[in-house]
Amino acid sequence: MAETVLSANDLQGWYGESHILHGMSFEVRDGEVVTLLGRNGSGKTTTMRAIMGILGKRKGSIQFKGAETIGLPSNAIARLGVAYCPEERGIFASLNVKENLLLPPKVAPGGMSLDEIYEIFPRLRERAGSQGTKLSGGEQQMLAIARILRTGAKFLLLDEPTEGLAPVIVQQIGATIKTLKDKGFTILLVEQNFHFASTLADRHYVVEHGHVVDMISNDALEANKGKLQAYLGV
Amino acid sequence: MSSIWAFLGIPPQALFGQLMVGLINGAFYAMLSLGLALIFGMLNIINFAHGALYMMGAFAAYFLLNFFGIGYWPALLLAPLIVGAFGMVIERLFLKQLYGLDHLYGLLLTFGLALILEGVFRELYGSSGLPYAPPPELTGGYNLGFMYLPTYRGWVVVASAIVCIGTWLLIEKTRLGAYLRAATENPALVQAFGINVPAMITLTYGLGVALAAFAGVLAAPIYSVNPLMGSNLIIIVFAVVVIGGMGSILGSVITGFMLGLLEGLTKVFYPEASNTVIFVVMAIVLLIKPQGLFGRAN
Repeated sequence: MAETVLSANDLQGWYGESHILHGMSFEVRDGEVVTLLGRNGSGKTTTMRAIMGILGKRKGSIQFKGAETIGLPSNAIARLGVAYCPEERGIFASLNVKENLLLPPKVAPGGMSLDEIYEIFPRLRERAGSQGTKLSGGEQQMLAIARILRTGAKFLLLDEPTEGLAPVIVQQIGATIKTLKDKGFTILLVEQNFHFASTLADRHYVVEHGHVVDMISNDALEANKGKLQAYLGV
Repeated sequence: MSSIWAFLGIPPQALFGQLMVGLINGAFYAMLSLGLALIFGMLNIINFAHGALYMMGAFAAYFLLNFFGIGYWPALLLAPLIVGAFGMVIERLFLKQLYGLDHLYGLLLTFGLALILEGVFRELYGSSGLPYAPPPELTGGYNLGFMYLPTYRGWVVVASAIVCIGTWLLIEKTRLGAYLRAATENPALVQAFGINVPAMITLTYGLGVALAAFAGVLAAPIYSVNPLMGSNLIIIVFAVVVIGGMGSILGSVITGFMLGLLEGLTKVFYPEASNTVIFVVMAIVLLIKPQGLFGRAN
């Protein structure tokens, strides 16, 4: 079995006064694509923010490659090799596309070069001089993923990368994530599009009310379809 | 040609002389509002202590000369460094506590700070002003035919233009500037990419304060070194910032120079209005474009 890259244990998290995460426990192993599934408001994005260290208050344990990160500021966590693609994409309006791409500093050797990135996302080369927020939604999503591939971080947090995008773009992003998996990236994915998630992931954690209620490996997905529908159905 | 001057009813020397004075004032407005815009963009704090820090720049030059025999040219570099470092200490000790709170807290704290600093210097040095001579290379002047240009005043305009353009290039064209622009928009995400945003905030405050101190050194030979020199200027500078648009770097520079010139022109054509013209412009801009001439609506 591959070595554990990230493990969360009894993770608690708060937004101001509201207690969102009530003891999340899960792990992600080297080279895996793992998804967090769950209804809106179950705490998936909050979990991502907690891992990245941008949540106001968190308790419990998050170990990354054996190092405890619960007390670290987010810049120190990023430097360990964790890269974050937020749900709202976070493209900077005051930077052009190329500046957006070059913004995240290198945290480890072995990141992709600008040319390799442009090969995967040719649109970004064409639009290098445009203001970041002038791109279409799909292009912005690609930019948000592309800019963290330069950094050398091998562990990616992708929060709803397909949200609000046209099916053809969703396919393209799916293909990109597959490519990244083949290149050896480890990915924790939050995804509403369950069908999309099932084509990529090795394992799925089901999140409800701020804690993990089930873990289903992708192989066992068919057998557990009824159970999953009960978890995710409205 | 002479008929034009006759028509305007003023001699060319008076017109160009006042335009020059306007340009000098504009240079100071530009440097100070540039620092304010930088600080506001990054810290979300309206730095009312800016005038006092400008005054400290002039005093730093005065101390360097009278206690250490260090002259104008080194002071032009050293005074901004010293006062900038002082600013960074202020940021670490006090301003840091206020991030995420309402603007009002930052405004009150920096206003209090300005009162304390000015009070201390007035207590020690009175308010009549201390002399500071321009360096010998910059004394004298040139007769340009249509006007007499004192060398030092020409230098002030050139130096401030260089500093403003340099700061603008730093912010718009360098990697550090890209971090700064990005962190102004979304500090949490920039930090999540591995950049030490709190350190950048401290440095930004230091840079804004250093710009004020640099302006203070430039001002020392013109206005003499006076504990109240900053508070006389800062009110106009705030009007400039409001007109240009809070947080806009280029806007604050252009607006600073333009309003200085406008003030100079008003002194020629209708001197009675010269003290109020900037505030009239401010009122009009606020009515028509509340986010300022160069500001983004948000």
